Amino acid sequence: MRIDARGMHFSALNEIVRSSADAEIEIDNCIGQRYIACGLSGKKITVNGTPGNALGAYLDGCDVTVRGDVQEATGDTMNAGCICVFGSAGDATGYAMRGGRIFVEGNVGYRCGIHMKAYKENKPAIVIGGKAGSFLGEYQAGGIIVVLGDGAEGSPVGNFCGTGMHGGEMYIRGDALPKTLPPQVKAERLERFPEGEAAQLVRQWCDAFGKESERYLSSPCFRLTPDSANPYKQMYTPN
Amino acid sequence: MELFVHGDYEVVRNPDLCIACRVCERQCANEVHWYDETAGKMKAYSDKCVNCHRCVCLCPTHALKIVKTDDTYKINANWNNATINEVYKQANSGGVLLSSMGNPKPYPVFWDKMLVNASQVTNPPIDPLREPMETKVWLGKRTVKIERDEKGRLKNTLAPQLELSVPVMFSAMSYGSISYNAHESLARAAEELGIYYNTGEGGLHKDFYKYGKNTIVQVASGRFGGFKGYLETAAAIEIKMGQGAKPGIGGHLPGAKINEDVSQTRMIPRGVDAISPAPHHDIYSIEDLRQLVYSLKEATEYKKPVIVKIAAVHNAAAIASGIARSGADIIAIDGFRGGTGAAPTRIRDNVGIPIELALASVDARLREEGIRDDVSIVVGGSIRSSADVVKAIALGADACYIGTAALLALGCPLCRSCHEGKCNWGIATQRPDLVKRLNPDIGYKRLVNLVTAWNHEIQEMMGGMGINSVEALRGNRLMLRGIGLTDTELSVLGIRYAGQSL
Repeated sequence: MRIDARGMHFSALNEIVRSSADAEIEIDNCIGQRYIACGLSGKKITVNGTPGNALGAYLDGCDVTVRGDVQEATGDTMNAGCICVFGSAGDATGYAMRGGRIFVEGNVGYRCGIHMKAYKENKPAIVIGGKAGSFLGEYQAGGIIVVLGDGAEGSPVGNFCGTGMHGGEMYIRGDALPKTLPPQVKAERLERFPEGEAAQLVRQWCDAFGKESERYLSSPCFRLTPDSANPYKQMYTPN
Repeated sequence: MELFVHGDYEVVRNPDLCIACRVCERQCANEVHWYDETAGKMKAYSDKCVNCHRCVCLCPTHALKIVKTDDTYKINANWNNATINEVYKQANSGGVLLSSMGNPKPYPVFWDKMLVNASQVTNPPIDPLREPMETKVWLGKRTVKIERDEKGRLKNTLAPQLELSVPVMFSAMSYGSISYNAHESLARAAEELGIYYNTGEGGLHKDFYKYGKNTIVQVASGRFGGFKGYLETAAAIEIKMGQGAKPGIGGHLPGAKINEDVSQTRMIPRGVDAISPAPHHDIYSIEDLRQLVYSLKEATEYKKPVIVKIAAVHNAAAIASGIARSGADIIAIDGFRGGTGAAPTRIRDNVGIPIELALASVDARLREEGIRDDVSIVVGGSIRSSADVVKAIALGADACYIGTAALLALGCPLCRSCHEGKCNWGIATQRPDLVKRLNPDIGYKRLVNLVTAWNHEIQEMMGGMGINSVEALRGNRLMLRGIGLTDTELSVLGIRYAGQSL
């Protein structure tokens, strides 16, 4: 079905989306309506315009495509599915994500991928075409974040990247190491993206946005992982 | 150099009674007791004793007692033994002092400085054994817009509610901090009593989904175990912003405590630290809180009340006013005496305020602003008896959370050593040999006994006041009088002094 969201309150719009029996839904003239596809599964949703905060929060297996930018907390605590943004994303994208994929063509704001975690077959991934703001992957506990850095001069990530990181991995394309990496994060320079999950994600991202994958894959990049020899551990004294 | 720090307790064994059966040795996970084969008798390393009373209770000849040690440094009112020992422990290790359960310091307990009214002559008391006495309460928004359909019939616009047969619920304790058997006991008791227990931020074990209609699930900053099925199973969803025992800090369940079962329930790999950051990093304002509240409501189709839990802190009233405007249905406030499975000692003992004062100021503020009916208020953080429940309701609460009292019912001796993970009573441990010591068939009945007994007492006290429903007691501060309180304390509590009439 096709919904014209102009002037519609988010609760009305989301009720239509939830109760629709159609597997494919297209929303036109989206202008800031929040919580679209929140907790949904089994639908293919296309959004034309700019959805509001918490798009696809707790998403449980929908394919969401946005032709426009998205705002804050996209894919918050998302469990499965795919969110594909033909534009840029705001702050806290993929907060506490446990599964599924978020592909962003442009940039993301602060605190992207914060507290992402993985468990068994649930392994979340975020691929960012442009730059990422500060605190990328803060408290990251699992999953994979790839920053391709289109349009970036120097490192495509902001300050305090990986603060509190204790699991998972990040790939940052380019020759510049992120500033202010904490001592508990290990950075390894690679001549090109290694085959395996990272390269596969880059190819999927390129397929989604019609880009040529070899241009990205052949670039040097840094792989960031938590340094298990130097873990986050506060020394406690039983009292 | 490591300075020896003498333990706080000593094991005293009556040699005339001890038969060296070694039960104490087998029961003690702290490895205090041992059998000296050469001497042919039992001995004890008192320094390891946490005073959990397991050996005292199980000794078949009652040969054991635990006493407070009389070992002392030079007597000093300022530098007492505990204070000196804490300095030594930190100088030895360089570590942050870690404690468990609620703040044990001698701060004033305001529950004990409030007295309840009773009817005499002019307004007859009611006998709950012979007359109906309503202790059922509903939690949720009570503001409703009257709307009618085209035929003029009333539309049901009431927000979702929690129905409690007694104004008491079991507060949030995660699977991980307490054992499987402790969780099972709480869940079954909540079902039988017609109340709710709370999963804490540890996810919901697959075996306990069947208790969903009596379950409150928690969403905290680490978002462990949270996914659609978890939210859908529950009767209500609680957003944990803070905890009374450790306001302002997050949680850290060390990887060593994440066994296979806890790993499955939290949905994180085995052996990896489970870190809950101090803030929710997507909530820096009331507007952001509103976003999480509504995303949870959208995900569960507005069918479940959303609770926002905060620690009782200095500005609790203003914060609660914001929460009431965020769309939350229920505010839970946790006082500074609330329990915990582990918290830095300094935080537990110095941060936050008593629940009595926080509750009184929150209720007053919401009433002043005309938004009290937008939310229900649930309070916890050391509700120790039915009298505390009655006083809390008279101060303005809709219901109470009990955590420590519930654990006591399961056999917890309040030894405050949960952070060691070696609970001899099978409550705050994941060690299978210890967990099996808590029998959920017995545990749940003891919880049912406790709450049922409290319910009788609540009815008796209400009857004495001539009140026949909890609704009529709520916020009825004229039923309370202060004793031994300053003018400021009376004014914060909004009550008069004992002896002052209307």
